[in-house]
Amino acid sequence: MSQGTATTLAGNTPPITRKPKKNLLSDGQGTLAAILISPTMLVILFVVGIPILLSLRESVFLKATAVDPVTGLIPEGESFVGLGNFTDIFNNPQVVQGAWGPMDRLVNSFVNVTFFTVVCVVLETILGVAMALIMARAFRGKGFVRAAILIPWAIPTVVSARMWGLIFDSNGVMNAILGQKILWLADNSYSQMAIVIADVWKTAPFIGLLTLAGLQTIPADVYEAARVDGANAWQQFVRITLPMVKPALVVAVLFRTLDTMRMFDLPWAMVGPGKYYVETTSILAYVENNQLRYGSAAAYSLVLFAYIVVVAFLFVKLLGADVIGDDESRALTAQRKRQKELAKASNQKVKLARSTITSGEGQS
Amino acid sequence: MTTATAPASARVTAEELAVLTKPRRGGKYWVSQIGIILGMAFIVLYCVLPFYWMIVSSLRLPTEGRDTTFWPDPVSFENYPTVFDPNNGFGRALLNSLIVSLTTTLLTLLLGILGAYALARLRFWAKGLVLSIIIACSMFPGITLLIPLFKMFTGAYSWMPINWMNTYQALIIPSLSFGLPLAVWNLTAFFRQLPVELEQAAMVDGCTPGQAFRKIILPLAAPGVFTTAIITFIAVWNEFMIALTFGTRQDMYTAVVSISKFTGAYGYDTPWGTIMAAGVLITVPLIIGVLIFQRRIVAGLTAGGVK
Amino acid sequence: MSHARTTRRVLAAAATFGALLVTAACSSSASPSASGSAAGGVNWDERGPITYAQGKDTAGVWKGVLDQWNAAHPNEQVTFVELSPEADQQRADMIKRGQAKSGEFSVMSVDVVWTSEFAANGFLQELPADKFPTTGMLKSAVDASTYFNKLYAYPQGSDGAMLYYRKDLLDKAGLQPPKTWDEMQAACDKVLPDQKGMSCYAGQHQKYEGLTCNIAEAVNSAGGEFITADGKPAVNTPEAIAGLQWMVDGFKTGMIPADAITWKEEEGRQAFQDGKLLFHRNWPYVWNLASKTDGSSKVAGKFAVAPLPGKTGPGVSTLGGHNIGISAFTKNKGTAGDFIKFIASEPIQKTFLEKGSLAPILESLYADPALNKQFPYLSTLGESIKTAKARPKAVKYGDVTLAIQDATYSALQKQVEPAAAFGDLQTKLEGLLK
Repeated sequence: MSQGTATTLAGNTPPITRKPKKNLLSDGQGTLAAILISPTMLVILFVVGIPILLSLRESVFLKATAVDPVTGLIPEGESFVGLGNFTDIFNNPQVVQGAWGPMDRLVNSFVNVTFFTVVCVVLETILGVAMALIMARAFRGKGFVRAAILIPWAIPTVVSARMWGLIFDSNGVMNAILGQKILWLADNSYSQMAIVIADVWKTAPFIGLLTLAGLQTIPADVYEAARVDGANAWQQFVRITLPMVKPALVVAVLFRTLDTMRMFDLPWAMVGPGKYYVETTSILAYVENNQLRYGSAAAYSLVLFAYIVVVAFLFVKLLGADVIGDDESRALTAQRKRQKELAKASNQKVKLARSTITSGEGQS
Repeated sequence: MTTATAPASARVTAEELAVLTKPRRGGKYWVSQIGIILGMAFIVLYCVLPFYWMIVSSLRLPTEGRDTTFWPDPVSFENYPTVFDPNNGFGRALLNSLIVSLTTTLLTLLLGILGAYALARLRFWAKGLVLSIIIACSMFPGITLLIPLFKMFTGAYSWMPINWMNTYQALIIPSLSFGLPLAVWNLTAFFRQLPVELEQAAMVDGCTPGQAFRKIILPLAAPGVFTTAIITFIAVWNEFMIALTFGTRQDMYTAVVSISKFTGAYGYDTPWGTIMAAGVLITVPLIIGVLIFQRRIVAGLTAGGVK
Repeated sequence: MSHARTTRRVLAAAATFGALLVTAACSSSASPSASGSAAGGVNWDERGPITYAQGKDTAGVWKGVLDQWNAAHPNEQVTFVELSPEADQQRADMIKRGQAKSGEFSVMSVDVVWTSEFAANGFLQELPADKFPTTGMLKSAVDASTYFNKLYAYPQGSDGAMLYYRKDLLDKAGLQPPKTWDEMQAACDKVLPDQKGMSCYAGQHQKYEGLTCNIAEAVNSAGGEFITADGKPAVNTPEAIAGLQWMVDGFKTGMIPADAITWKEEEGRQAFQDGKLLFHRNWPYVWNLASKTDGSSKVAGKFAVAPLPGKTGPGVSTLGGHNIGISAFTKNKGTAGDFIKFIASEPIQKTFLEKGSLAPILESLYADPALNKQFPYLSTLGESIKTAKARPKAVKYGDVTLAIQDATYSALQKQVEPAAAFGDLQTKLEGLLK
């Protein structure tokens, strides 16, 4: 199928002798696309873009907090401090005693975020994949189990946090079952455990679902062939299951990671504010807001956002998370790579393709 | 088995074939079957037990909220009418949740279908950029958006002189900030799954792309649209921070905000029984909906990840 | 084509920076102007409808009070605005209006510990002494409404803590309610061996505002203080450290049960009602709930209250309660002023006590014999409030209370020694109260 933009791999552009045939479905639809996508983008600009800009602005200002010694009143207004809010943690560390020793409160919150993300995501992935494996092999009762799996996802986080708060009460049922008097809701490593347990409970089934869907796309013949070839269960798992489930699993794990890094509801509602063992950066930003320090609150949340972007970037580059997953983007990238190599080889300037066909065939 | 003729003595009869190909059910098979059944039981218990505890706690006497027996004695339904005590305004909160969730879902579907069609079917240079922006929306910590949104909608900025505090608009529009990216993402994945050949065939028969979309694709994508609607509805129903910030009057609470504000007669005492009962009441409709539509929901949740 | 793409990208980046510059330009530089909350230049004659904002009316008493006012003032109606039952949320809501210079809440119910912060930020209208007398009000309550020697609100309702104790068990052992910590320990030593599963004492020791109240009581009852009368931190003294030491030792020796470190008011009340505590420090609300005869309380009719014990003599309770203040930005300040006088008047304070069990701010009511009959704990409560001490008055109260909780909680969790904890606290408070 011919395209509108005439690029060739041969290196010399043939003269265009006839008007290119219009592909109604995917030719020159830029205007239509703009019309269709602009309401969405406008709304996103309004409710996400503008607040982000305002947050950026807030983060470079500092509100006056000095009390006038005569009247006792605080002067109004803010002053521009540039990156002052960000470098403040180095000049004015607020040392707290967290799970990792005494350190600045912001750094402590970041370490907590990292800890929770790593532990929760690893646990929920292992549990979720295990659930998926079990469910994939069962013959009956799948519907029932699938429905049960959706229950943790359907319960609002606030309700779930209260529910777990009751369970983890020092006189609650968890201690009754364990026969111990563990102080889950104090400020210690048990509080961290409580949060991990409550979070993994809610999210492992979600990963299980996504993995199960990925598992169900693997044809049974592949396993059959491997079994005939003498592979045992573990080898089948590592060599067949994991690689084929990897794309879906990596995307699921990526989204879970992004969510866990922003964790706020669970530690706030279950353990409470002011507990440095479980204070995440989201909680710290919220608390700073309550103390009327809007500049540092905005700065902290933006640093968290930067951290999240870095992690997402690593996921995409290192683990190959195919987030966009668009055939066209993939084909376009491949095509442009080919064009660049060709141009380098033949020492010619090249006009890089802007887009390819969406139909999924079309190799140019 | 080859199809070449073989000596009669080597040919296998149908019955012998059936016997030979029957899967061997040795000891190992039964062990693995039992393991699987145990595993399934574990999964179900894992998911249901904390919820069971919530139900059980709601069935205790109002003063025994912290009791740890596995089945209440006596079983009491007293907590449930207390939930609907006029002081709590829970009925109104449920209505608010319904209105906000429905409206947000409809809006996101409307905008999302248009946008997803463009992203799934059309060629344009900014497609990667748009998709990246949509994903980036889910990377912002909620707190970053919340305070500026609050200031915007309460007239703190001179360029936006509106005060929508405690109105439905203020609950719906900020919810779009997470609902719209989610819906567009899901719908794009669904539309992509439908082969382009369908539309091309329709156009060969003389439809314009728009007609092809309306008459062929939309009906086929109806399950996907429906699933996205359910997922968005549940996400907005369960949303807490935005509802808490913009609904500060009791008649504008949503259900999850209302439940977080249940308090006893003295401000200090926590009516665990009533709170758990309200939690059950909020969750049960969602769970029933989930049970009915579980196939669709699973298809929707997995569409984004599985190509 | 690639040029176009790059150009587009540059344009997008430039647009972003431009937007940022524009928003930055719309800034206000720090101006030393005080907001219009000074006493002069206020129109006290403007009258009309106003709003009153407070947390949830859990006692159900405000409807009657407002109906009374509205019937008598048809042109100056007061509308009740209900805020969250949680203190933090109420404070956040009031601050949002103050920052926005909005008079949406004409009159507000301000917790005693927020008064300094609200006054310093210019949210509260200063009340001139000639128009707003404070005769007959509890001195501690009035002190909690004052900032920089100016009155910024009227006391609305007070609160003090009391020692709940098992009268039946003490009577059996022939003991009087303890006045000192040693006496309390002695009572426990005598009574507890015969009681299974009962611990000696618990207050509120979870890491939240209640812990600040409890440690303030321990410190003040040991003869120390957090800040001196002229606002300088003085927590690094042997007396103050002795207070913290008492609480830490309580956990060490088992006088306080180990899981009390996760207890707020409700958990402690539950333990006392279940007969698991001999002595319990809590607010007056426990009286009614623990006296219920429907089977929820095992100690109904078996307990009584006493003032808190101290190190060498009677202890000092923490002052709780609320003040009622006028927003600096509201209209109709004349009506608002009359309304807060109405709330602080004797008939209404009596109604608050009778119908809502809320402690009044007028001294006379604590001596009333009829009320004392109706509320057996009233005289103990009055004593407790009269000698109560407020928590540190600070503009940055949120940071101050967090610092106190940090020091106390890490000492209770045996992470730091009491002396070191309060040494650090002293440094922190010096930084915060500059």
